[in-house]
Amino acid sequence: MNEIVPVVEMTDIAIGFPGVKALDGVDFRLFQGEVHALMGENGAGKSTLIKALTGVYTIDSGTITVLGEPKRFSTPGESQAAGISTVYQEVNLCPNLTVEENVLLGREPRRRGSIDWKGVRSRTRAVLAELQLDHIDPGSLLSTHSIAIQQLIAIARSVEINAKVLILDEPTSSLDADEVNQLFRVIRDLRDRGVAILFVSHFLEQVYEISDRMTVLRNGKLVGEYLTRDLSRMSLISKMIGKDMEALAELDQAPARTRASNGAGVTPFIEAQGLGRKGSVSDVDLSIYPGEVVGLAGLLGAGRTEIARLFFGADKADEGTIKLKGASQKIRSPRTAIDKRIGFCSEDRKEEGLIGDLTVRDNLVLAMQASKGWARRIPRRVQDQLVAEYIEALDIRPANPDALIRNLSGGNQQKVLLARWLVTHPELLILDEPTRGIDIGAKTQIQKLVNQLAADGMSILFISSELEEVLRVSDRIAVIKDRAMVAEINNDGVSVEDVMTVIAGGAQ
Amino acid sequence: MKSLLKHRLAWPVIALAALLLLNQVFRPDFMSLRMQDGHLYGSLIDIMRNGAPTILIALGMTLVIATRGIDLSVGAVVAIAGAASCAYIAASPEPGSPVTAATAVLIAVVAGLALGVWNGFLVSTIGVQPIIATLVLMTAGRGVAQLITGGQIVSVSNDSYKSIGAGYLFTLPISILITAAVFALAAVLTRRTALGTLIEAVGINPVASRLAGLRARNIIWIVYVFSAVCAAIAGLMISSNVTAADANNAGLYIEMDAILAVVIGGTSLAGGRYTLVGTVVGAFIIQTLTTTVYTLGIPPEVTLVFKALVVITVCLLQAPKARNLLSRFKAAPKPAAKEAAKEKVAI
Repeated sequence: MNEIVPVVEMTDIAIGFPGVKALDGVDFRLFQGEVHALMGENGAGKSTLIKALTGVYTIDSGTITVLGEPKRFSTPGESQAAGISTVYQEVNLCPNLTVEENVLLGREPRRRGSIDWKGVRSRTRAVLAELQLDHIDPGSLLSTHSIAIQQLIAIARSVEINAKVLILDEPTSSLDADEVNQLFRVIRDLRDRGVAILFVSHFLEQVYEISDRMTVLRNGKLVGEYLTRDLSRMSLISKMIGKDMEALAELDQAPARTRASNGAGVTPFIEAQGLGRKGSVSDVDLSIYPGEVVGLAGLLGAGRTEIARLFFGADKADEGTIKLKGASQKIRSPRTAIDKRIGFCSEDRKEEGLIGDLTVRDNLVLAMQASKGWARRIPRRVQDQLVAEYIEALDIRPANPDALIRNLSGGNQQKVLLARWLVTHPELLILDEPTRGIDIGAKTQIQKLVNQLAADGMSILFISSELEEVLRVSDRIAVIKDRAMVAEINNDGVSVEDVMTVIAGGAQ
Repeated sequence: MKSLLKHRLAWPVIALAALLLLNQVFRPDFMSLRMQDGHLYGSLIDIMRNGAPTILIALGMTLVIATRGIDLSVGAVVAIAGAASCAYIAASPEPGSPVTAATAVLIAVVAGLALGVWNGFLVSTIGVQPIIATLVLMTAGRGVAQLITGGQIVSVSNDSYKSIGAGYLFTLPISILITAAVFALAAVLTRRTALGTLIEAVGINPVASRLAGLRARNIIWIVYVFSAVCAAIAGLMISSNVTAADANNAGLYIEMDAILAVVIGGTSLAGGRYTLVGTVVGAFIIQTLTTTVYTLGIPPEVTLVFKALVVITVCLLQAPKARNLLSRFKAAPKPAAKEAAKEKVAI
């Protein structure tokens, strides 16, 4: 293959944002007639690389050549002109225009200065037929079609442009199985006609099904380029998360925890059966007993947060049931969940947790105040007591209740958000990445706290990308893969490697 | 001194003081108050009395803006409230009795309540953007007011009704007392309960507020109802002051003055932290400006431009960017750099 010139060759690419190196010395090659998967966890730099290639970001250093010609893209338009076409997860077409208008937008055939609508119709029909999509009416409004069809229409547009490179960024994340198959048929078809396809997806199985080659990124750096058939799922995962099998095996195992077991006759606090939501996750069967810590393991984007959001009512489930203490319940909103004594610390502290311009005090008592309603203000004396108590218990610094929370460090913000839920005395506490981005000291404190809370009888759902951490704190581990729960493991001497095998292997 | 200048109310208060001082220089008797027939008179009293409807409406507007909303319909509500009460008095068998006046007031307030519920419904339940939702009533409301008055200016003669806008109690104009009472009520309602904090939480981060279990819908509803009731009371004041309801001109453009008062007072249109005191100061600035224009003898053609200049100056003084520039300009470069470095460490 070495004598063939790659369609796209990116060499030593670096892009930095204030305080972060998003990409650092990354090489990437894309050949004609292949489906190339770009792999890596969230934050590994996949989107940044794509945006460099599509001209959304300007590269700080490195070179990009397309068909042997060096290029420097500073706008998406320049990249498109070079034959690179992108289909995003959220379709970027105009829903209020018709299918044919979208396919030919900006390139309508003209006759004597005005648009030749007959030509538009016939060219659209031709390209749809080429992709075996003739069941789509070119004159129908785009918005009347499902997301899957809209994506196919976006692909049809790139075919019509005669794109040499097609970038598909998470195209399958909101499609069901049939729609994925239809999409894959079109992708294979294009590949066989010589289009170079860059495919990004969180779904491991789909990547193995469709891709010929993959490039793995981690923390903005290149890990390597591999032929898909040569790379086992296991080694792919370890490359993505950056741990060798050998090194993992050598890691000391945290002592297996012995705590309230879920013996017969004990009712779980929460029991989900077949829980799911269209376009999100499906088939979640999970019970959590009082005093138990259940960890969710799985790659980033596998559907861990989505499960947490269903449990908390942040998203409404549209299939399956939830039982709380044995009684069937519908959790329609966070408010209902809180009334049922469930608390949820979101992984996105800034957007979904902090009320940045309010004080530590206001933030800490917010959930409690919300459930009391606005009319019954928690007396200042009680607020002061609670705040003082938790500032001390969680060692929140600065120990100033009147500091604005946005001025605290990440770890201390996280502690305040934890305290926000602890003061409501939840029976189930959902912690989504509670230790992400905080220093090691605060991290250990939070892990200890989780242990202690469970010992006091609280049910805890613990989500973390760090498998070691999940193993350290959990009694039981639910493995999430490709938006579904695939296994449940009791944490008695399980190793990180065992869990990774399950993630790689699929259902057991 | 420096920390005082950093206070969020510092620049509005300074601007107000400067305006008052300017007037004092050009008219030495400006600040003087005198008693006459047991009533207090003076330019300051006039400013407060004339500014009362704007202050009232701006108070309601402050809470609406704090939730990231805006209420454009207040002017229309002023017109409807005035029209409804005056039409009732004019049509009643005893147009001069205090009971009739009381009923008219009740009708206006209930009308305000209903209109607020409508706005709140559109914004919180249907999810219409606030600017569009209240634009509906802003447009339709004047029409409704005209329907009530039959397209005429309805004059009434009822001494009790007239006293709302033009009467005196304890030597002070009643309109000032009403405004003070509403201000006190709003302060107590928001700061003695948790309403104020929850309004700010919804305004600062709606997503996080929802996940913390806040029922934003109820809170948003409350602020629109409060805003409309304030506007209805302002409508009573305006129509009572001239003992007539003018569906076309009562409260015309008052929403603009109210929004300006809120912004000058230091509450951001982006929502979040708000200050009722700041809003009152802002409303005073606007009213004092009008007075200043007369005092200085500025020709009417220039009036609006002059107003705009003062407003933009106050707003600029509050903007973080302008403040930074200013402090760099004032302080010697070295200590300023040190201070900035210190601040970073603290964060």
